[in-house]
Amino acid sequence: MKINLFRAADGTESGGGADTGADVRTAASRAMSVPQPRSNGDAPVGPTKIAARDVSVSYGDKQALFDVSLDIPDKTVTALIGPSGCGKSTFLRTMNRMNDTIPGCRVTGRIEIDGEDINAKSIDPVLLRARVGMVFQKPNPFPKTIYENVAYGPRIHGLTSTKAELDEVVQSSLKRAGLWEEVADRLHSPGTGLSGGQQQRLVIARAIAVNPEVILMDEPCSALDPIATAKIEELIDELRERYCIVIVTHSMAQAARVSQRTAFFHMGRLVETGSTEDIFTNPRERRTLDYITGRFG
Amino acid sequence: MTEPTPGITESAGTDLRVDRLRAGLKRRHARENRFRTYGLLAIAVSVGFLLLLLGRIIEQGHTAFYAHTVTVPVYMDPARIDRSYPAGTNFEQLVAEQALVRFGVEDDAAGTRATAMRDLFSSELKYRIAERLQRQPGLIGETLPIAAPMSDEADLYFKGEISRSTPALQRRLSDEQLDWLDRMDAEGAVSAHFNKALFTNGDSTEPELAGVAGAVVGSALMLLVTALIAIPLGVGAAVYLEEFSPRNRLADLIEVNINNLAAVPSIVYGLLGLSLFINWMHLPRSSPLVGGLVLALMALPTIIIATRSSLKAVPPSIREAALAMGASRTQTVFQHTLPLAMPGVMTGSIISMAHALGETAPLLLIGMVSFVPGIPTGIDQPTGALPSLIYIWENASERAFHERTAAAILVLLAFMIVMNAAAIVLRRRFERRW
Repeated sequence: MKINLFRAADGTESGGGADTGADVRTAASRAMSVPQPRSNGDAPVGPTKIAARDVSVSYGDKQALFDVSLDIPDKTVTALIGPSGCGKSTFLRTMNRMNDTIPGCRVTGRIEIDGEDINAKSIDPVLLRARVGMVFQKPNPFPKTIYENVAYGPRIHGLTSTKAELDEVVQSSLKRAGLWEEVADRLHSPGTGLSGGQQQRLVIARAIAVNPEVILMDEPCSALDPIATAKIEELIDELRERYCIVIVTHSMAQAARVSQRTAFFHMGRLVETGSTEDIFTNPRERRTLDYITGRFG
Repeated sequence: MTEPTPGITESAGTDLRVDRLRAGLKRRHARENRFRTYGLLAIAVSVGFLLLLLGRIIEQGHTAFYAHTVTVPVYMDPARIDRSYPAGTNFEQLVAEQALVRFGVEDDAAGTRATAMRDLFSSELKYRIAERLQRQPGLIGETLPIAAPMSDEADLYFKGEISRSTPALQRRLSDEQLDWLDRMDAEGAVSAHFNKALFTNGDSTEPELAGVAGAVVGSALMLLVTALIAIPLGVGAAVYLEEFSPRNRLADLIEVNINNLAAVPSIVYGLLGLSLFINWMHLPRSSPLVGGLVLALMALPTIIIATRSSLKAVPPSIREAALAMGASRTQTVFQHTLPLAMPGVMTGSIISMAHALGETAPLLLIGMVSFVPGIPTGIDQPTGALPSLIYIWENASERAFHERTAAAILVLLAFMIVMNAAAIVLRRRFERRW
């Protein structure tokens, strides 16, 4: 079944009719020491989902982000890369207004999702976060059962009316997160008892259970081992067909593997953005080249 | 390794390093052992003091848990008992006179001997006989064995607290009375039994009839009032301050003041309660309602502080996860943060309740340290409380109250042990964090 919270009929769901035709990559092409982007030149890129204009963020007196303007397309994985403290996570958190929860944090500029200003007075952050899901660096399942974790979002937003409907949502979300086979027989055991990689997929299942339009991922693999990382990356690639995904990553190899668009941040500024292939093979900026070749970072 | 110190060969250098390491290691181990010894010593000292305290209280108080009864044959003299109103009879005098006759003792004209004999029995005796005759009036004219509770002094004699060698000034029983007691004992009429009165009776001026029930019920009612007011208010205040209130100067000021209030002497809360609840609001004096309100004021800061610190200890990742799922702040707090903080909240609340249970000073000021016989039936009835009962009994002049003071302390300790055990059980239950 399909839950659509906000945009049922305006056509954005179909991604402009573009067929994604996900290319299946082998593990061999994933193993690389020097970032080699897949051939993404022909990867279909959806229409602009999120448009940021002159976004600045400061925590108290300290400014963390300076006038960032970036268009993020739908049905695409956009990677935000850059050295520690460059503002990429801060920028990510402006897109679901998680910065609101930090005392002393001030956001200026304009961020639009489907042309709608998300910082407008009329936008309730609670509704916004139902449209824009988020996955954190450290897997943070609730200390409840696997079922309850996934059912939480549909429950609080009142998306399902019957138990059978909720069961269906839980099952399909776990399937889409690639976790169903592993947990089908223990849905009512604690979510915190899973391994790190399984927990992260559980958290992804929890996020997609409310059928968001955008999924933000803040270094989702940095606490995972390589095998779990590979699984998550595979999952991200599948999710791209349905969602607009923005991923912050420290690993340039990961950015090259999973993303079609890349934005490079440095010292709180957006230095360069473009298709992942262009950024990794033909950067326009000296700093980008230095970073992707490992000269700093 | 490639740059050995001049003059020392490589292997010598290694040896030196190992030696130094060894010497340092010895020092480190010694330090650790010293610290462990200090810890064990501290525990030994505190356990020693605890055992000393408990041992002393048990030694003093264990005798209060049993009492002596003497069984005497009593002829229910129809000439002395009014059939229409048996309860009006002076049964004590009747029993005493018959006992004197049995012992072959001549009484003088003033009846001093009979009075002395009467003093050996508790005033409970007459109620027992009267009740029995009320139920079975046909027994009048017969001779019945009556189990008569002993008076406190006679009871103390059988417990060995007083003897003939006790200076006459320090005992109320004369040598003659002790002779009578010995003769009763020789007849095999004296028996010891469990002191039920201690647990079923309210306070009394007669030690052998005094019990802790009134104070236990009073304390329990008071705690109920305290818990119902202090826990919801304290937890609510803590949740608001920790999760919702803006961080500004006002919040800082409130925090400092709450911490100060936790350290205010309890007698000040008693004064506040006196002027606020009794003088201004005219709530009933000496009642569990007022006592509970005062103790609630006292317990609030502790509960707020404990709740805030356990809310702070909930990992922020859980809060972020809930918020990012689109939960509102209220949902985040009540579905995630507060349940996870519950073990700490429970522990803090119950410990402050136990503290309130033992508090005496504020009760002094709201009239709870006064003689209240009987058991309260509602929160607006005058009552005592366990700590104030201990205070009253300790100051009583009757020797028999001393053992009962210790017994009341044991009852209070048992009450507290039950509460603290409940705290541990509750914490275990809520602590299933998986």
